[in-house]
Amino acid sequence: MNEVALLIAATIASGTPLALAGLGLLLNEKAGVVNLGAEGMMLVAAIAGFAAAYHGGSQWIGFSAGALAGVAMAAVFGWLVIWLNTNQYATGLALSLFGTGLSAFVGIGYVGKKLAERSTFEVPGLVHLPFLGDAVFRQHPLAYFAMALALGIAWFLYRSPAGLILRSVGEAPESAHALGIEVRGIRLAAVLAGGALCGLAGAFLSLVYAPLWVEGLVSGRGWIALALTTFATWRPARVLAGAYLFGGVTMLQFQLQSEGVQIASQLLTMLPYLATVAVLALISRNPAWIRINMPGALGKPFHPGA
Amino acid sequence: MHRLELIGISKQYPAVQANDRVDLRVAPGEIHAVLGENGAGKSTLMKIIYGAVRPDAGEMFLNGERVRVRSPHDARAHGVAMVFQHFSLFDTMTVAENVWLGLRGSRSPADVAAAIRAKAREYGLDVDPVRPVHTLSVGERQRVEVVRALLTDPQLLILDEPTSVLTPQAVEPLFATLRKLAERGCSILYISHKLDEIRALCTACTVLRAGRVTGVVDPRVESAASLSRLMIGAEPPQLTHRAPRPGTEALVADRLILPRRDRFGIDLEAIDLVVHTGEIVGVAGVSGNGQQELLAALAGEDTRAPPASIRLFGRTIGAAGPRTRRRLGLHFVPEERLGRGAVPPLSLAHNLLLTRREPIGRAGWLLQGLLRSMAQTIIARFNVKASGPRATARSLSGGNLQKYIMGREIDARPKVLIAAQPTWGVDIGATAQIRAELLALRDAGCAVLVVSEELDELFEIADRLVVIAKGRLSPAVATQAATREQIGQWMSGLWNGPAAEGAGALV
Amino acid sequence: MLSFEVRAQPSVAMSFASPLLALALTVAIAALLFRLLGRDPVSGLGVFFVEPFATRYSIAEVALKATPLILCALGLAVCYRANVWNIGAEGQFLLGAICAGGVALWVTTAGIEAPRGVLVPVVLLAGIAGGMAWAAITALLRDWCNANEILVSLMLVYVAQQLLNYLVFGPWKDPLGFNFPQTKTFVAATLLPNLLPQSRLHIGLVLALALVAIFWAFLFRFWGGYQLQIGGLAPAAARYAGFSARAALWGAMLISGGMAGLAGAMEAVGPLRQLTPYVSTGYGFTAIIVCFVGRLHPFGIVFSGVLLSMFLIGGELGQSRLGLPNALTGVFQGLLLFLLLACDTLIDYRPRWRRLVSARDEPATPAQLPAGGAP
Repeated sequence: MNEVALLIAATIASGTPLALAGLGLLLNEKAGVVNLGAEGMMLVAAIAGFAAAYHGGSQWIGFSAGALAGVAMAAVFGWLVIWLNTNQYATGLALSLFGTGLSAFVGIGYVGKKLAERSTFEVPGLVHLPFLGDAVFRQHPLAYFAMALALGIAWFLYRSPAGLILRSVGEAPESAHALGIEVRGIRLAAVLAGGALCGLAGAFLSLVYAPLWVEGLVSGRGWIALALTTFATWRPARVLAGAYLFGGVTMLQFQLQSEGVQIASQLLTMLPYLATVAVLALISRNPAWIRINMPGALGKPFHPGA
Repeated sequence: MHRLELIGISKQYPAVQANDRVDLRVAPGEIHAVLGENGAGKSTLMKIIYGAVRPDAGEMFLNGERVRVRSPHDARAHGVAMVFQHFSLFDTMTVAENVWLGLRGSRSPADVAAAIRAKAREYGLDVDPVRPVHTLSVGERQRVEVVRALLTDPQLLILDEPTSVLTPQAVEPLFATLRKLAERGCSILYISHKLDEIRALCTACTVLRAGRVTGVVDPRVESAASLSRLMIGAEPPQLTHRAPRPGTEALVADRLILPRRDRFGIDLEAIDLVVHTGEIVGVAGVSGNGQQELLAALAGEDTRAPPASIRLFGRTIGAAGPRTRRRLGLHFVPEERLGRGAVPPLSLAHNLLLTRREPIGRAGWLLQGLLRSMAQTIIARFNVKASGPRATARSLSGGNLQKYIMGREIDARPKVLIAAQPTWGVDIGATAQIRAELLALRDAGCAVLVVSEELDELFEIADRLVVIAKGRLSPAVATQAATREQIGQWMSGLWNGPAAEGAGALV
Repeated sequence: MLSFEVRAQPSVAMSFASPLLALALTVAIAALLFRLLGRDPVSGLGVFFVEPFATRYSIAEVALKATPLILCALGLAVCYRANVWNIGAEGQFLLGAICAGGVALWVTTAGIEAPRGVLVPVVLLAGIAGGMAWAAITALLRDWCNANEILVSLMLVYVAQQLLNYLVFGPWKDPLGFNFPQTKTFVAATLLPNLLPQSRLHIGLVLALALVAIFWAFLFRFWGGYQLQIGGLAPAAARYAGFSARAALWGAMLISGGMAGLAGAMEAVGPLRQLTPYVSTGYGFTAIIVCFVGRLHPFGIVFSGVLLSMFLIGGELGQSRLGLPNALTGVFQGLLLFLLLACDTLIDYRPRWRRLVSARDEPATPAQLPAGGAP
């Protein structure tokens, strides 16, 4: 098979969890809520999905469990941040720390276990196309879901009335409240949707990408997904593109290693993180650019009746 | 049958009785004023009617039927619409999207655009549905709010201090719109503390003082004095005026040009301004015309201006920060008190350190005793009602906090004082005291610059007036020689001189 | 149903009571968890709360583990009070260990002879410098590029971990170490003097306590500390006052980086006496929890440092005595922080039971106390 095609396929696979989590966080942030607990949610979802698939025998049971785990954690976060008005950043951090601990604890019995199902996927017909077939059409269904999701969310946010309401909540929740919009309910819905998507992303890692469980499996992808929303300036299509970019950088380290490049493996492992820092630095330079697209009330608490 | 009837409405907040057994009756098609000074309870009453706040006691009747309004949503369902003083608009969205968000329901955003045009035509309002809101002036934004309210076909329209964001010229067209609305049978509740406007527009008036109704009158037959007596229990306090004795040039802005800092700001264009010692210069203008930018440049929060374009007693300070300017005798009282002029959770004593250096000892050690005694001095001299220097800033009422902040700066014996909106939201007693202090400062030889959106205030205390419009400054005129009409014209940028071209008509 | 009303004044009593309440709830949930795991809750809790104080040695261990937590948390307290969200203390810790360990390693392998009184300060200063330098990267990117310090500092943690791995698997690996990823053991002259004989406790504790007093004074009695905190409490007021946001950013990051670096250095030349990939057991992250539970206050941090150190020791004891997984510690830590945040709402809000009159029960706020605010 063509090397480049393989690389593209690997990039898409690697970028899919980032895309799913990034899009989920995008919905959160468009409603004005920053959820720093992405890493924790993905970890808990990864082990939940793995355990469910291990005992249940099917990958889709695993994905459901992962999504549910994400929703459950997001619900706790949402209650604290939206109803009790706790500091969004501190609460998100707490969620990540808790998720790290909880996933390590629950996952003890699953280290080294293998999953039963290991199927390969291909899109019938299209997979036989030269080059494109190998590059694009051998992906897990969730990869295509992520692409469709990006388009769907873009349509939802910018062309549907419901999306307009969501954006108004993130832009100026006091004004939205004065207009009779149920700010807290909408924020909760966005947080739960974000949790579900982060859950899917985590489960994807343990069920498809790795597929196994070790402590710390997510390796910072939750944080990278957060960075993604910023340098995609909160536009869905750019989140997708950014996810593939980072997927590509991650793949690059394996590519370089296999080509016998004489750099220690640990230094290559640093690549995705350094790339994140570099891109963050470049994108954030233009504050005006950020201001236009950033939801006006991002991270600020909302008090009804004020 | 009354359109709206309130009986015995009461609302208690932890430290104050905002409404005390208030009765209110509004007839159909009536333009009914609610008059009271800042802090009298008008806003709370309106919030109760509009459903944003729940009363502790009392009942509300709409068209004879008892109603419970639990939320703005309920209020709208009952035909009540409100135009707030602070707009509920989303900057990054278009007018049509903003209006749609206020209406939702079965109409699509496209239908709403057509409805906006129709309603605007009907009432003679100039509103373009496709413009993004951040490109609109404050007056235009208010029109969007009005159209949004009108599109709900209200039976009762509440307006909260609507003319605070309008030039004098724009007031009459607003009144015309309201009269037309009233003719069609809609009742209007008009909240204001401006006696002249109420007497010109309204057919009935309920006066509130300290949460209670002190009178229900017909403003057309009452005099300003009698209304004032109902409002504050006495004649409005008189200030003693001495003739100004302007001395040397203290603060000078010389062709100050400053591009905006962000997309939503205003560029300052060739501002020329001189403030002499011993005089008060007033800067008039509708909000959003560059006041914030000018103040930031003069106070030192924005140091991008060419250094020589701002001079303090001949010294160039354009690049100096606020601390340097304070050392040179320039002090500033900002319009936002909590969060900018003072830090809410800190004590009054600790808030002193924002602008005063005296309690900072060697190597930066803070002298706690001196801090507290200085704060106590200010509290005593400026009559600040607080439990002591340890009271937190946020525990003070608006007027008292403003007195403290103003006192903090005056106590520093400044050579130049800049004050922004010095009496906004402040009750009449404190207002009179603050204005008297500014006059006393001036008499002592300080140069004072007051930026205010309240024309009455400037006519009361300023010796000379300038107007800021779209980032440009008009020539100065002696207050005694100026008229409200002239200043109103200038607020639209229409003054003679090199600044005339490009200004355009503004509301 | 339960609803929350805004208090007129934040409750001072609750700001002391909240961490205690959170701790009590954590204990309750822990007991439940032990039950679910088929263990006796009393012995489970005993392992975490009583055992660590049973012997002189275990008390020394609690103090030993509390030291790096307190050091890191002091620096983070300054940072968070200035509204600079440094989440990368773990990375700065590692760089401190790397730099201090590097100097100690060089002294060891080069056979340099010098008195302890000279070498130890040099080693510690190297650690501080390393932590500061790592933190400076984050500060620089925030200063020049406006890059979010949370994400940058966090990414740098992963980079620091890989850097440590690279060094101990590669160039710094002990050639006589049977290929284990570890450096040579450092020569005694570079090691921290012992404080308590027959224990691992070193003078780092004394230094940490001294720094507690210094940080308290800095935050509450000095002009510098005041300026930093205004930036965190009310940025617009800080601008009005003319405080430099840039100075606050750099000050906060360098202080917290230096403290984390110092903690890392102490670990390397204290109990560990060499560098391995496991220099930190997540101290940098645990310190964040210590900081919050200690109310961002130097004195509170001493208590919360001891508390979370007990969790760490308890986790180890639980593993060896009761067969409980060590990962439980992480669960309890996270739980404590969560519950603390939840209980903190009681400081600003009062709970009220309302009869279920309607679906919409919105708390009214004292909006008629318009103490300022923007027009």
